[in-house]
Amino acid sequence: MSMPFYVAPEQIMKDRADYARKGIARGLSAAAVLYADGVLIAAENTSATLRKVSEIYDRIAFAGVGKYNEFDQLRIAGVRHADLKGYSYSREDVDARSLANAYAQMLGQIFTHEMKPMEVEILVAEVGDSPEHDQIFRVLYDGSVVDEDRFSVIGGDAETITDRLEGAFSPGLDLGGAVGAAVGALSGPDRALDADGLEVATLSRTSGRRAFRRISDDEVTALLPAT
Amino acid sequence: MTLPIFSASDDPGPSFAELLRRVRPTDALPPPSGTPLEITHGTTVVAIRYADGVLLAGDRRATAGNLISHRTMEKVFPADHFSGVAIAGAAGPAMEMVKLFQLQLEHYEKVEGAHLSLEGKANQLGTMVRSHLPAAMQGLAVVPLFAGYDTRRSIGRLFQYDVTGGRYEEADHASTGSGSLHAGTVVKLGFRDGLGESEVVDLALHALWQAADADSATGGPDLIRGIFPVVATMTQRGFERIPDDDVRARFESLLGRLTSQQTGGTEPQ
Repeated sequence: MSMPFYVAPEQIMKDRADYARKGIARGLSAAAVLYADGVLIAAENTSATLRKVSEIYDRIAFAGVGKYNEFDQLRIAGVRHADLKGYSYSREDVDARSLANAYAQMLGQIFTHEMKPMEVEILVAEVGDSPEHDQIFRVLYDGSVVDEDRFSVIGGDAETITDRLEGAFSPGLDLGGAVGAAVGALSGPDRALDADGLEVATLSRTSGRRAFRRISDDEVTALLPAT
Repeated sequence: MTLPIFSASDDPGPSFAELLRRVRPTDALPPPSGTPLEITHGTTVVAIRYADGVLLAGDRRATAGNLISHRTMEKVFPADHFSGVAIAGAAGPAMEMVKLFQLQLEHYEKVEGAHLSLEGKANQLGTMVRSHLPAAMQGLAVVPLFAGYDTRRSIGRLFQYDVTGGRYEEADHASTGSGSLHAGTVVKLGFRDGLGESEVVDLALHALWQAADADSATGGPDLIRGIFPVVATMTQRGFERIPDDDVRARFESLLGRLTSQQTGGTEPQ
């Protein structure tokens, strides 16, 4: 009778985490920044049709990096979760915190119980009635949740980009300033990203019931500082 | 609430109704049984195509038997940015149908990342009316009108339904509800191709007024409480409701014209 080799739980978890991190590191990054009217999300994305940033509900947006099919599955589950909750209770009862928790539960479950962890990192952002109620949650591949109060970066190069955003961010930026800070941090000092390689969207307090709006390439070009 | 995740073979796709059926089958309205109840009914709504798009208008009265149960009920709703739906029939199920329809369109748009075509939206509503047939047989019929601006063809289009879910696209105008015979006749007589926005709003208000004049279940303008029919246009600018002040002013001039006709005044029309 053959016996499986003993592998220490620490080792199993470390191997899974390494596997997930490697998958995420292959992809391009995304950043969410709080600005005067709400939340701006910018992602490096060369595709004009396969989206990384999307609308979940009236005041909630989603951004994912890593393996496309996996974060898209999470996005659709999020839309369903939110629409069902809004239908059963009321539209006001749908919030980012509960959605981020649901994502965390699911990712944590998959990380410890499934063969393969999900190679994704996601952001759930919500725009509030006033700037102090704006929220950004970052959910990692193992289900850990981070509540961010100014900006958040996900993806392969997140640490470097976070350092750059630290320098460029200031509270109460206008839309142009927020786009400049986020895109500048994503691109870094050695290259310039243009609108074709970017996907930019906002959750704005001024947009009415459905706060989510995609910013077109032309608008992004106009908002980016001239190079 | 856990995240609704499905296996590939069981996935409900972009349909909210299918999703609801998977997760909470008991939430769907059970078909009523036994003797019909005294329930609230909504009444006259009209849809008219004009030069810039299409218009929907509906009165505000809801009745239960011979009593007026609501004076301020709205029967014209935005379905999404470019389309609207107007309802006549049993108020409770009609409101629920509108809520589900709005949700269905938004849910599809978010899951798929694209809008349904106007035709697709009209078919969706037809399916909902059809699945409501068992309740309609018990006296809880819901008969909507659907109208919208077709962004792919750049025209306004309108659709009428029957209780079995039959969907009929009308070329120029449609009306439904208890006062639809009177309202429809006024629209039929006043309609011509390429009406302007101001003319078409006046025509719709005149139609609703004539319906209210002849049908007790249709409400006319209530100048005392400031309650007026809901009139909305769907054009390339999207769904827009005509402000109440504008509707009030148009009604006042309409009533002036009708009064002078009655008293043999000389003012034409």
